[in-house]
Amino acid sequence: MTEGAVEEQVDQPRKIKLVRDLPDKLFRGVASAGGVTVLLIMLLVGTFLAIKAAPALHQAGFSFFTTQAWNPDGRHFGVAALLVGTVLIALVAVTIAVPLSTATALYITEYAPRRMKTILIGVIDLMAAIPSVVYGLWGFFFLESRLAPVAAWIAQHFGWIPIFKVKGVDGHQPISSLTLFTSSTLIAGLVVGMMITPVITSIMREVFSQVPVGEREAALGLGGTKAGVIRTVVLPFGKGGMIGGTMLGLGRALGETIAVYMIISPVFTIQPHILQSGAISVSSLIALQFAESNSFGLSALMAAGLTLFLITLLINFAASSVVARSRSGASS
Amino acid sequence: MEQPTTYLPQADAEVVSGPQVRRQTGGVRIGDALSLIGAVLAALALATVISGQIAPIRGFLAFFLVTYALFLAIYALLVWLDEPPSVVVDRVVAVLVQSGAFVLVLALTSVLTYTVIRGRSAVVHSNLLTRDMTTTGPLDPLTSGGVSHAIVGTLIQISIALAITIPLGITAALFLTEVPGPFARFTRTIVEAMTALPSIVAGLFILSSFILVLGFDKSGLAAGLAITVMMLPIMIRAADVVFRLVPSTLKEASLALGAGQFRTVLNVVLPTARGGLTTAIILATARGIGETSPVLLTAGYTASLNRNPLTGPMVSLPLAVFEFVKSPEPTMVARGFGTAVVLMLLVLILFVSARIVGSQDVAKRARRRQQRKAVRGFVAGLVTSFRPATSDVATPSPTATRSSDA
Repeated sequence: MTEGAVEEQVDQPRKIKLVRDLPDKLFRGVASAGGVTVLLIMLLVGTFLAIKAAPALHQAGFSFFTTQAWNPDGRHFGVAALLVGTVLIALVAVTIAVPLSTATALYITEYAPRRMKTILIGVIDLMAAIPSVVYGLWGFFFLESRLAPVAAWIAQHFGWIPIFKVKGVDGHQPISSLTLFTSSTLIAGLVVGMMITPVITSIMREVFSQVPVGEREAALGLGGTKAGVIRTVVLPFGKGGMIGGTMLGLGRALGETIAVYMIISPVFTIQPHILQSGAISVSSLIALQFAESNSFGLSALMAAGLTLFLITLLINFAASSVVARSRSGASS
Repeated sequence: MEQPTTYLPQADAEVVSGPQVRRQTGGVRIGDALSLIGAVLAALALATVISGQIAPIRGFLAFFLVTYALFLAIYALLVWLDEPPSVVVDRVVAVLVQSGAFVLVLALTSVLTYTVIRGRSAVVHSNLLTRDMTTTGPLDPLTSGGVSHAIVGTLIQISIALAITIPLGITAALFLTEVPGPFARFTRTIVEAMTALPSIVAGLFILSSFILVLGFDKSGLAAGLAITVMMLPIMIRAADVVFRLVPSTLKEASLALGAGQFRTVLNVVLPTARGGLTTAIILATARGIGETSPVLLTAGYTASLNRNPLTGPMVSLPLAVFEFVKSPEPTMVARGFGTAVVLMLLVLILFVSARIVGSQDVAKRARRRQQRKAVRGFVAGLVTSFRPATSDVATPSPTATRSSDA
């Protein structure tokens, strides 16, 4: 059969076999071992915290999440007030940081002259590397005394809005003492906000600078103003990066310890009034109490730390998936 | 039915006949500047009236905020008088964006300047850098005592952290880029999620594992390990980004020449990524140096110098700042600010060196190396020209230097 002979002559794709020599095998082995080690370390963080937290969690049961007190020796403790306090501080921080970062990132990419741009980028990146304890100093010694009058003014005139209410302030009476307004959630949140602003700004700037020039010019060519270009091109393009950056900032804000610890005066009940003196967060509680704790108290602190860890982990996962799915991508 | 027709507007004869004048597109119109200045003045005046008569305001900050809100409203009104709404929005957005950036820069500079101003009185005494706090009480003047113990502690702890982070971090980042697969993807997800690991959780982890379970003391080593756990994800993520930026054409060229994967990594990937890697290491170091809470949990505070990372408490600079400013004594607080200035200087030095390294790209470095080679060759040529040249080794040719360079 002639046809069969033709078929036999048809080119068969040669089987490609990858042969790795010894150095390559060793390299891949060592690299994989490094990856596995890192993964193990990261998983161990959760495991060890869980093991150490188990006695406290077992003792407290579900009431751990509903109790507003921290008295491990009396077996009466829970993270309800801590979580609310942590989230409130982080929310204040994000509320302040997001508009500021958006404005700064837009200024850098849209308005600033070239020279100003490089200087600003340098300043913002440097501020992201400044230790949190320095921000704490600034908040405690500089900001607090200057912000208290503003808080007093807000409380006096906007006290009817629930979160701005301060106990001991009557709308018609002049305020006797400003100490009601120091060490509050607002001040702690403001300092943490200053701390996370550089982080958020640099992510947003990165994303905004990737906006395709063609789309920008198309909007300008259609007669758009600069504000129009920002609204219709820059912000929609950078939305994913903005959300991702904000959530990364939120993660940082939830975990901030020292600056918050320096500013707040701890309370262990839910404190929804952000101007009122007294606030709490999980991480500052750990820093505050670990030295005086016995082994059960330490276990309770580990349980609180584990809760914080899981929350930040969740927020980070969400942030990276948002960033990865957005048009601007995960390059930042 | 009539045909649709396009009518061109008739140009004015006199305009066409005259010489054409180039229209100015840049610059500032006098009306714009005036409305801006007018809005500022009006806002100031109104704010003074409001704060004095209607709703008394205490403090400069509150006054400023009220003025700003009034300024925005008045400015929008002024622009609206002779511009269409879209221009009003544009102007207001421009003001908002620029003032937002200005406020941020102002606030951030005030963080730095305030610390430097308060720390000035302590920094001018050189004993801050050379003495420790063993014999210095809270009431002693700034001329006694110092933070040498904290500086040494910081250096030891960060060295421990770097000794683990650099090799492990780079290996893991190489794993993520060079051995791709579902497992690498999973590891990358975990590492990325851990970049924002709260530093206190890193401290708690070392406290629960290294100190409580394995039974070691609170020590500099424990603090170094805690900082490692915190720095490792940051380092890996940055290195991963740098490795992914290595052009694949370079790698493919190396593979096509017959080099194996290991050779390619060693001779192409790592040298190309060297600048970026150094930047990543330095920035991670800056983060690690500034962390207070892991050290607080795992090393504790001490007033005396401890050079041994294996036993006893070992203080670091941020922890020293934290402990100093807890004291009610003004001299201790000043000392705390001085220590903060030392810490910031350390971070600044690291940051600037990261910038310098990061700005040097491969091409520039290669060009500089070639120049250096050429100069050396030229000098060698000069030297050998005075001796009887025996062979062509003495005459440096560009090709010869380049091949010996590689």
